[in-house]
Amino acid sequence: MTRISMSVDGVRYSDDVEPRTLLVHYLRERVGKTGTVVGCDTSNCGACTVQLDGQAVKSCSVLAVQADGAQITTIEGLAGPDGALHPMQQAFHAQHGLQCGFCTPGMIMTAVDLLAENPDPSEAEIREGIEGNLCRCTGYQNIVRAVQSAAEQMRGVRS
Amino acid sequence: MSTAMFGAPVRRHEDARLLTGAGRYLDDLGHRALAAAFVRSPHAHARVSDIDVTAAAEVDGVVAIFTYEDLTGRMAEPLPLLIPHPALHAPRTAYPLARGEVNHVGEPVVMVVARDRYLAEDAAARVVVSYDPLPAVVGLPAARSARHAVHPDVPDNVAAHLVQAVGEVDTAIAAAPHVLELDLEIERSASTPLEGKGVYARWNSDEGSLRVYTSTQASTSVRAAVAAKLGLPLVKVDCIAPDVGGGFGVKIVHPWPEEVLVAWAAQRLAALAPEGIKWTEDRWEHFVSSAHERGQLQHVRVGFDSDGRLLGLDVTIWHDNGAYTPYGIIVPIITSTQLLGPYKPGAYRCEFFSLYTNTVIVTPYRGAGRPQGVFAMERTMDAIADHLGLDRAEVRAVNFIAAEEMPYDQGLIFQDGRPLIYDSGDFAATLDKLKALVGWSDFQAYREQARAAGRRVGIGLACYVEGTGVGPYEGGHVQVETSGKVMVATGLTSQGQGHQTVLAQIVADELGVDFDDVEVTTGDTRRFGYAVGTFASRAAVMSGNAVALAARKVRQKALRIAGEALEADPSDLEIVSGVVRVKGAPASAIPLSTVAVLSNPLRYAFDEAAKAATQFAVGDTSKPPVAEDDEPGLEARDFYSPTQSTFANGMHAVIVETDPDTAEVRVLRYCVVHDCGPLINPMIVEGQVHGGVAQGVAGALYERMVYDDAGQLLNASFMDFLMPYASEIPTVEIDHLETPSPLNPLGIKGAGEAGVIPGSAVIASAIEDAEGFVIRRMPISPSELFELRASYAAGRVPGLRRTSGERTDPRTRPGHSPDNDSPDNDSPDKET
Repeated sequence: MTRISMSVDGVRYSDDVEPRTLLVHYLRERVGKTGTVVGCDTSNCGACTVQLDGQAVKSCSVLAVQADGAQITTIEGLAGPDGALHPMQQAFHAQHGLQCGFCTPGMIMTAVDLLAENPDPSEAEIREGIEGNLCRCTGYQNIVRAVQSAAEQMRGVRS
Repeated sequence: MSTAMFGAPVRRHEDARLLTGAGRYLDDLGHRALAAAFVRSPHAHARVSDIDVTAAAEVDGVVAIFTYEDLTGRMAEPLPLLIPHPALHAPRTAYPLARGEVNHVGEPVVMVVARDRYLAEDAAARVVVSYDPLPAVVGLPAARSARHAVHPDVPDNVAAHLVQAVGEVDTAIAAAPHVLELDLEIERSASTPLEGKGVYARWNSDEGSLRVYTSTQASTSVRAAVAAKLGLPLVKVDCIAPDVGGGFGVKIVHPWPEEVLVAWAAQRLAALAPEGIKWTEDRWEHFVSSAHERGQLQHVRVGFDSDGRLLGLDVTIWHDNGAYTPYGIIVPIITSTQLLGPYKPGAYRCEFFSLYTNTVIVTPYRGAGRPQGVFAMERTMDAIADHLGLDRAEVRAVNFIAAEEMPYDQGLIFQDGRPLIYDSGDFAATLDKLKALVGWSDFQAYREQARAAGRRVGIGLACYVEGTGVGPYEGGHVQVETSGKVMVATGLTSQGQGHQTVLAQIVADELGVDFDDVEVTTGDTRRFGYAVGTFASRAAVMSGNAVALAARKVRQKALRIAGEALEADPSDLEIVSGVVRVKGAPASAIPLSTVAVLSNPLRYAFDEAAKAATQFAVGDTSKPPVAEDDEPGLEARDFYSPTQSTFANGMHAVIVETDPDTAEVRVLRYCVVHDCGPLINPMIVEGQVHGGVAQGVAGALYERMVYDDAGQLLNASFMDFLMPYASEIPTVEIDHLETPSPLNPLGIKGAGEAGVIPGSAVIASAIEDAEGFVIRRMPISPSELFELRASYAAGRVPGLRRTSGERTDPRTRPGHSPDNDSPDNDSPDKET
């Protein structure tokens, strides 16, 4: 067992974990952040995407011990303290960017990361930017529209 | 006035929880449950000679290890044959754990229960199973040859053989001026929802009851199956489908071995597992032990006149059903009936053989046999058009059933055991819309432009008819609470289709309440115990109409009670935004919440509002408080059970560009015209179409199941199975036609599967058009197209008549003339 400590959605956690424990399992089973889900086990689907020190990572491909000392943000920590949805969450709702919702937490975390790097992406850049995340329901069309719409919204908020 | 919700692109109720990580999928439940893991067969076909669990049992945290020998009672029997059919003469289903023999890689052999999944997997890895390998039957040619048998008592590997015929097809074809023959092939793909299967069961020792959560499309039937296997009364078993991360067909199969095993172990190990037992499928398990679909070989013989009108159509299908047939022969039945699409075939005969192979079972995947049928028919339409030098759209139009011929009886028996009678549709109008949307008539000019720029483009189209809303029934329960909130329940399940929104829209309109006051529960047997399931594009049609009927009953009762309270005739009342009021005199009104209070005569006032219904407050003392033909409460349930399916239809057109060097296929435009009757929520319908088209494109260009000759699935992960990302899927352009169904109160037809159905057919049509030679096999990868070009250049693949002589590119110019001017009926155009 190894002692680790990290901040998850603004709350500090310390636990003893087996070194082989994946970050996603630590988040789901120890911290209780079940909003982050597992879709593939091979880091292809991106459903488990969270932010580690501000960078999107696939938490099925990170060991919990590697996140020792890190700040983790999951989908459950994305809304404001008052519960107000993040513009990306609002845009997914308004543009019907989700159906079953299973890929949605990872897709949103990736999209937020994408806009942090490129606040005004073209459609092609959005499609390329989310091509580490699989969705089986939507055909991506409304996801792309949601990211476009969130980008507009967020640029407006900033300016 | 309330705004009409039916027809509005209402944003979904489901989103609030799903956007914030507050959804509850199967693996999000049962935090303190024990975990199950399975030892699965590494062989496609083998005898199990020994199982040694000694080392596994020593792993710390292991609670139990089960093999077939441990199964008791009905658990030791084979899993049920869900849909028997007289033509399925040799049905075979698996045992929950292998009994002496395994028939595909991934078949469960041993179940391990441990403190957590890591430990369960550790122990599973230490189980030693000895196998004596047997010859594996992989692929339809091997199954057909019957050199080896999957099941020793089915030596020809034929599970089912069915012939359906209308008219004298041999006579009709013999007399036809033109005859063509085509050999076609479609490979396997799979539903592949982002969330795999999973089941969590907890035995309540105090009550002697079992609660099963499962990621299913059919919770009522899982409940019945588990109760039967465990010998429990139905009322002692609850089954709940929580949030389900996609289904697309694979989760309609039930009970899966894991569903009954986890439930059985939860009861058996109750003392050791007070918080229950959970199993969550991993991605590899999903590939090798869930279900696939699509794989078929087809032979088409067609006779037609010089306008391209079908005179006789004779189709033989070899369908790969995998190792077992738990879901019967629904898929090939659908292929052989829905193949007809919007057309009159003249005489028709369809024969299929459903064959065993040592591979994962084959059960419905979105489209459920229709993509293969449409592929057969639409490839045939294109072949006829090319043969006669006619426009492909015109050949289709000449064969259409006319709108005024509805209802139209195709003379066959459909998958629901009912006659195949189309109820509605205007195919000519749909085609006109499609041609306008894609610019069919202008394409030649575009092609010339592209060619001048060194680009190779093609256009294709494909048409389909889809039987939706199959029976036998669904039900709905609607209850107005004394808070004014309306609670709705239906038994079928949801996997992302937005039922909580769509059914709320329907109830809001029927009842006259605000959309946000309606809360819908699906797939929970505690709330509604009678249901069939979510499949065959049936949820909106079946449960939509059921909740509408139940809401109408509630409305009627509300008007009666309000009429008594307001001393008005119920026919003079209306319900607007949850308030019953006198038409034209809105001041004379009573809220539905109060009507709900009054509907339940009380002795005890449990809150302030309830005082209005207590015994000294209301009631005609000459009558019983609850009339003989009445019940307390403002609630009702009703069922919708149609005599037959309702038939949606649509047509797709696609423009592709093929790279002259790399043979990569790019979809430039994808156009859809769709007729599912009146749209309840166009945003949701279009979302369904987008997702369906994505799966159609995926099945045409990217996805397949690659088995080697030993029956190993070589691409059993998302690394190797090419499920498309946003970078591959095109934007879909959609237009709608709304011809209502005469069969149900809302006039609606199903929409869930439509998008996927013509995918392989329409893309094959466009690639063929771009390349100038025939495409007979899908999916198609760039390397396969590259090789086809070489085969075409070498004269081994026939060219299209319409493009012969057009090509100037030496890489594709054939060394021979693809033209064949000999009399058609003397030399059928036989292709490989």
